[in-house]
Amino acid sequence: MHDCDSCPVHGELSRMGISLAKFDHLVALAGNPNTGKSSIFNALTGLRQHTGNWPGKTVTRAEGGFAFRDVRYKLVDLPGTYSLLSASQDEEIARDFLLFGKPDCVITVVDATALERNLNLVLQILEITDKVVVCVNLMDEARRKGIEVDVRSLSRDLGVPAVPTVARSGDGLFELTSTVADLISGAITTRPARAEAPPEVRSLIDELIPLIESVAPSLPNPRWVAYRLLDGDHRVRQALLSGELEQLVAKQAAPVERPSQKIALEGAQ
Amino acid sequence: MSAAVTPRDVLARADELQRRLGPAFRDRIVESLYAESERIAQRAVRKDENKHWDWDQRIDRIVTSPIFGLPLMLLMLALVFWLTILGANVPSQMLAGAFFWLEEKGSALFEMAGLPWWLTGFLWHGVYRGLAWVVSVMLPPMAIFFPMFTILEDLGYLPRVAFNLDWLFKRAGAHGKQALTMAMGFGCNAAGIISTRVIDSPRERLIAILTNNFVPCNGRFPTLIMLGSVFVAAAFPPVFASFAAAGAVVLVVLIGIAFTLVLSWLLSRTLLKGEASAFSLELPPYRRPSILRILYTSLIDRTLFVLWRAVLTAAPAGAVIWILANIKVGDSSLATHVADFLDPLGKAVGLDGVILLAYIIAIPANEIVVPTMLMVYMGVGMMTDITTYDELRHLLVDQHGWTLLTAACLMLFSLLHNPCATTILTIYKETKSRKWTVVGALMPLAIAFLVTFLVATVARAVF
Repeated sequence: MHDCDSCPVHGELSRMGISLAKFDHLVALAGNPNTGKSSIFNALTGLRQHTGNWPGKTVTRAEGGFAFRDVRYKLVDLPGTYSLLSASQDEEIARDFLLFGKPDCVITVVDATALERNLNLVLQILEITDKVVVCVNLMDEARRKGIEVDVRSLSRDLGVPAVPTVARSGDGLFELTSTVADLISGAITTRPARAEAPPEVRSLIDELIPLIESVAPSLPNPRWVAYRLLDGDHRVRQALLSGELEQLVAKQAAPVERPSQKIALEGAQ
Repeated sequence: MSAAVTPRDVLARADELQRRLGPAFRDRIVESLYAESERIAQRAVRKDENKHWDWDQRIDRIVTSPIFGLPLMLLMLALVFWLTILGANVPSQMLAGAFFWLEEKGSALFEMAGLPWWLTGFLWHGVYRGLAWVVSVMLPPMAIFFPMFTILEDLGYLPRVAFNLDWLFKRAGAHGKQALTMAMGFGCNAAGIISTRVIDSPRERLIAILTNNFVPCNGRFPTLIMLGSVFVAAAFPPVFASFAAAGAVVLVVLIGIAFTLVLSWLLSRTLLKGEASAFSLELPPYRRPSILRILYTSLIDRTLFVLWRAVLTAAPAGAVIWILANIKVGDSSLATHVADFLDPLGKAVGLDGVILLAYIIAIPANEIVVPTMLMVYMGVGMMTDITTYDELRHLLVDQHGWTLLTAACLMLFSLLHNPCATTILTIYKETKSRKWTVVGALMPLAIAFLVTFLVATVARAVF
């Protein structure tokens, strides 16, 4: 049990449930399925989004709020996804939000017991945004299995901060929130590891970006769209042609249909 | 040029550039991604091979083994139902006793106060009795079943269920993850239908949506449990009664799963043609469930939620029944007239007119069909309160001519009939198609009538 009064969290971190009327920053929770995103969401917001020990538990976006050092954050819990390239409907919800939702910071939750597989997604997210905090969750499970994760080495290689946590007991969540706050305020700067594209590819991307910007000016990630077009991604082509890409940006800004508290109460999950 | 650029121009230019890159572009991106992940992970992770004593794998070797996997699952299912039946019996009777005592006192108080008879009747014998029945029949089984279901879910057992059933669904031309969405349907069909979002093929997702109704949701379990306890259990010596009741419920669930598979197979051969797609499913590590969260999720979010919904529909249903039972047309009440009118159809499918009337009144939330039916019987007959299963049996068998066939047909009907209003609405929201919503609502209903008709006809011919 935690000694609440002496804990540094006391007084600095407060859960705000679903009171989202005003917030200063938007933070997304992304990661592979079943890495504990909803547990972190619940711990930070005080909400009771259903959690369950199976991949695919969260299929909709849930939103909640927390305040840290008097700054209010809106936290968005996304369905788990292995990749930004695939597209079942729950994964699409996650992908669309990361690409078009303009979050101020993305907490990417990884499973400490299966780091290699989880890093695939982290690297993909790093391609589209600098504002990433890697949350190495399930540290307790890893320890039990005799797995040690050197978080500093991970952070150095990825070029973004990495924080070890145990969401179920709340360990590391204070550090996680303060890292997120520092990243957003600019106190921490990042240099995300990005695979250097071969020069010939880079020049093609650079040629496409202004074209894309001229037809879809509100897109936060023309670079990613350029990549997808060069890869012949059918859905992205369609979306660009129909103007759907622009609509997606607007759609992410709209609040979710049902606040998460209500989702829980409706037994939807 | 910037003002004149259209999306079409952008795509044309992209195509041109893409041809310059050649087809290996994507493979190169993915390969470099994997190589980078491996490199970073190798530097950050140290593994102590000595400490490696993997309980998970040992358990999984048994739980997902081709020989023990399915029998263990059935055993677990039977155990859950047996505990539910065993545990729910006494609290149900106590609740019913308390509720009907209050009804008696309350209505007496109204009469003493000189309030008109119809007001007393409408409020106490209509609305209140509807609530009382629903709470006493549904609350105890749910309060026992939901925590057990949530424990299995938190433990990590559900993906193992999907793993064990995967080959069956594949044979049926459906997605292996349908086993997962089916398992969610045990809690609530509407939730099961939302959970089909994990299935990426639209064809297989639609199959999963249309067949989700064939697993009985938690609202319908109390009906099955009650019928199992009153009719099946009574045919066995008392020592075996609870086992027999649990066995009957398991049998009904298995029939439901069989219908899920057969209809998935039929749909994937007719309306929704196609092959089953491959998928990968992670088996997560077993995790120790957290007691407080389980209690919260299962009791507040699930039990109270389902109960509240049932209460909201039971109160007006009770009112409608009281009105139907108290408006006289000619010699008998309106309820009797309607029930008599429906009786031939009811008898043809092994039920009777009252059950069909109750079913119609309870359409918004058809899990309240049993309480509704009891109220109609009691409104038509003379009996005023029933608190034990013996009295219930007496009412149904001796006064209304129920047989084992009636009970069996009602169990089948309640398993197969159309989804509740919330579920139908969810089907519409998820498919955005009127056509599939109508199919999702009427296909089960037609099957319910067909199956009960066949069962009743065959049973009458044989016995």
